[in-house]
Amino acid sequence: MTDWPILSAVTFLPLAGVVVLLLMREDSAAGRRNILNVSLFTTIVTFLVSLWVWWDFDYANPGFQMIEKHAWLGTGISYHLGVDGISVLFVVLSAFLMPFCVLASWLTIEKRLKAYMIAFLLLEVFMVGVFVSLDIVLFYVFFEAGLIPMFIIIGVWGGKDRVYASYKFFLYTLLGSVLMLLAIMAMYWQAGTTDMVELLAYNFPRQMQTWLWLAFFASFAVKMPMWPVHTWLPDAHVQAPTAGSVILAGILLKLGGYGFLRFSLPMFPLASEYFAPMVFSLSIVAIIYTSLVAMMQSDIKKLIAYSSVAHMGYVTMGIFAANTQGVQGAIFQMLSHGIVSGALFLCVGVVYDRTHTREISAYGGLVNNMPKYAVAFMVFTMANVGLPGTSGFVGEITTLLGAFRANTWVAFFATSGVILSACYALWLYRRVIFGALEKDSLKSLLDLSGREKAILYPLVVLTIFFGVYPAPVFDATAASVDLLVNNYTAAVQAAQDVALSAK
Amino acid sequence: MTAETFLASLHLSTPELILAVGAMVLLMIGVFTGEKSSGLVTGLAVGLLAVSGAWLIWQTGDGQAYGGVFLSDPFARFMKVLTLAGSMATLIMSAGEARSAGIDRFEFPVLVVLATLGMLLMISANDLISVYLALELQSLALYVVAAMHRDNLRSTEAGLKYFVLGALSSGMLLYGMSLVYGFTGHTGFEAIASALSAEGRSLGLVFGLVFILAGVAFKISAVPFHMWTPDVYEGAPTPVTAFFAAAPKIAAMAMLIRLVITPFEPIVADWRQIVVFISIASMLLGAFAAIGQRNIKRLMAYSSIGHMGYALVGLASGSMAGVRGVLIYMLVYMVMTLGTFACILAMKRKDGNHVENVDDLAGLSQTNPLMATVLTVMMFSLAGIPPLAGFFAKYFVFMAAVEAQLYALAIIGVLASVVGAYYYLRVIKLMWFDEAKGEFARPSGVLRLVYGLSGLFVAAYVLIGGPIGTAAEVAARTFF
Repeated sequence: MTDWPILSAVTFLPLAGVVVLLLMREDSAAGRRNILNVSLFTTIVTFLVSLWVWWDFDYANPGFQMIEKHAWLGTGISYHLGVDGISVLFVVLSAFLMPFCVLASWLTIEKRLKAYMIAFLLLEVFMVGVFVSLDIVLFYVFFEAGLIPMFIIIGVWGGKDRVYASYKFFLYTLLGSVLMLLAIMAMYWQAGTTDMVELLAYNFPRQMQTWLWLAFFASFAVKMPMWPVHTWLPDAHVQAPTAGSVILAGILLKLGGYGFLRFSLPMFPLASEYFAPMVFSLSIVAIIYTSLVAMMQSDIKKLIAYSSVAHMGYVTMGIFAANTQGVQGAIFQMLSHGIVSGALFLCVGVVYDRTHTREISAYGGLVNNMPKYAVAFMVFTMANVGLPGTSGFVGEITTLLGAFRANTWVAFFATSGVILSACYALWLYRRVIFGALEKDSLKSLLDLSGREKAILYPLVVLTIFFGVYPAPVFDATAASVDLLVNNYTAAVQAAQDVALSAK
Repeated sequence: MTAETFLASLHLSTPELILAVGAMVLLMIGVFTGEKSSGLVTGLAVGLLAVSGAWLIWQTGDGQAYGGVFLSDPFARFMKVLTLAGSMATLIMSAGEARSAGIDRFEFPVLVVLATLGMLLMISANDLISVYLALELQSLALYVVAAMHRDNLRSTEAGLKYFVLGALSSGMLLYGMSLVYGFTGHTGFEAIASALSAEGRSLGLVFGLVFILAGVAFKISAVPFHMWTPDVYEGAPTPVTAFFAAAPKIAAMAMLIRLVITPFEPIVADWRQIVVFISIASMLLGAFAAIGQRNIKRLMAYSSIGHMGYALVGLASGSMAGVRGVLIYMLVYMVMTLGTFACILAMKRKDGNHVENVDDLAGLSQTNPLMATVLTVMMFSLAGIPPLAGFFAKYFVFMAAVEAQLYALAIIGVLASVVGAYYYLRVIKLMWFDEAKGEFARPSGVLRLVYGLSGLFVAAYVLIGGPIGTAAEVAARTFF
């Protein structure tokens, strides 16, 4: 344990980078270079601090650690930070992906680089803040604040339909979240606190749980996104710049899953149990339907976006299976998807920077002149499919195990999604990489540059590493997940006992 | 009244006396030095308001004065300081823009001081008669100020429209007051409250209540008595619009709070349904009607209608938490409004022409990044997005509504805020996503100061919100 506020440091460190960036000018080549260096340096230092958080983390302790608590806005709202096994790795993931985002934007962002980097650093503050908040209002503040920089990122540096996509992203997410805000207020008046540690221990009445669960669900389902409120995601992904897509897929989508794990399941166990069949149904529809939709896409980014929706279906299924395997698998699947889908978007960015098109039909035969790229893309495609030996497999098999224990039919239908994901992913790979190199526009393409290697190779290594040795993740999450699942089971059991004795 | 109680009364009302005497002196200075004195008079007027505000902050004596028609308490002090700050900021802003706005006369600061005096009296009024007198002092000064640019057709039209509709609302208010007096036999607030709790309410009294609330709804421009707002906002010179949008709203809201919480406290069920209705109607109209606006002053008019609706959400709960929410809301609303209007005043082309279309903001983030950033912060804050001040303001009023179990009001309110976000986003989109169509002249120092400070306040509310919340809570405890 450390004495100094390490979680505040990892959260607000990027602000120091923002301050430095504000003092810089970008009108010369040297100025540009400095802005990039400062941003890269800030994000790397933040990542190192986040690794320290992981290093200091006590695996045996299922509760919250590294707690910081100060009075903030009076009336119960406090500045309360802490991590447990569920959140600590998301902090690391957020900080880990940011340097890649800076690197991916090294040459591609030509206008207003300074504002771009400031927006990304602010986004990092808000994302990390979500995972370390232990006050529910503080959580909401971070959760919603992320909309501001993301709106600007999509709208200013996005593609052709950026305005539509940014509006849709913003309003969709806001609409889901405001209902959660009301639920938070209702919880405050019921339990008399906004402290998540106390709320986790509080038993909400059954009737109230239903409404609160629905309000939280409205927010997290949109953020996740679950079918049928996923339609903002393909638009936002396609229009966002590469780094924006990486953050969207890598981290922003995880906020929904994290929310389910942190609020819905432990705070409203009875409602979670009641609504689990609905979540299972929606998850299965997401897995099968969006996989089919992904297959028919002509835009690479859109295809990956739909595949994200399908993979998030495994996550929701695993969470609401509410057993150790399901929840562990869901967390692993989220982390793995954070790396893999981020990497896939970075791969798309590599060829998009060269050809400025995302149409699948514009590609073909890249293996001939970009062999290194082909290998990296293959690893991520296989991880997306869930091939054993990649991190994608571990996440899918554990969530499916969890679902199988909860409901065999759910697992049966969800497994068919694995086949479908192989269909669209392999077909995409064939159309882009294999075949004859016939198109003139592609013949002059160069293989990965040094910068691109620095982006993709570490991700390749991680994808395979966690595929063959997932223990570091499972060890970190085990104690907290056990606590979560035990509390959930006990609460559901207690309610059933009461119901039985009433008869 | 003995000399002793009279002196005590004078002491309690010192801030008002400073303004009243000061305004006469300023008028004399203006009359005897002529037109060229407008700069000097403006400066002195700001000084007067500052002295009055400082007195309120340092001298904390509370009590009733003049036989109970005037009341000084923590609530009044909080709202008075806000009002004075709003008037001061608008006077400072208008100093640089008075010539181009056509209001560079020495009467303008004098009238603003007189209007502010009226507002302070409204906040402190503890009797139906003193409420009416204070309101009229304020309104008469405001009618003239609206038509200040007398060679301008739109300005005179705005002044006339404001006068006719304002007079109508004053009439309704007075009618309501006479009904209340007739059915309770009292004009003092505490006396009305005790009469109501002793005898219960009669139908005639409910009529009186409705008329009074309708009259006050006019003053805070709540639906369905909002029709004057867009026209007056658009027609009045921009510094005057900034003034209208900030200080009078605060005073009128304070008056409304005191009216419903003190004399009509025993019939909370009756006034609550009225407040809930005008709150919902204001939020919805503010959200939907603003979507089609092209003129930024009209846009802000509908925005302010919506914001009054949100503030009323807190009042509808009728609880301590609710009043605290309204106080925080009015504070944040005033800062956001002043900051936004400072940006609007800075929308001046290089040839000196003011422009007022939302589209003229296109590409501002390239031509003036600082102003664009401040205006972006203001818009996100007006939309109620955390971590900005506007979010916390909404948080506290909705929290009170949830406490009072007004779930329908709360749900409609937050949904309206999503609709409202759409048009605030449009302003941001124009500034950031679109290409510049022309540059603005460099804003004057005072404007940069005002929007810089407001932007800082809105962005840094997460750091300074604790003491503000405490102050608002102390003020709200006055009633409970």
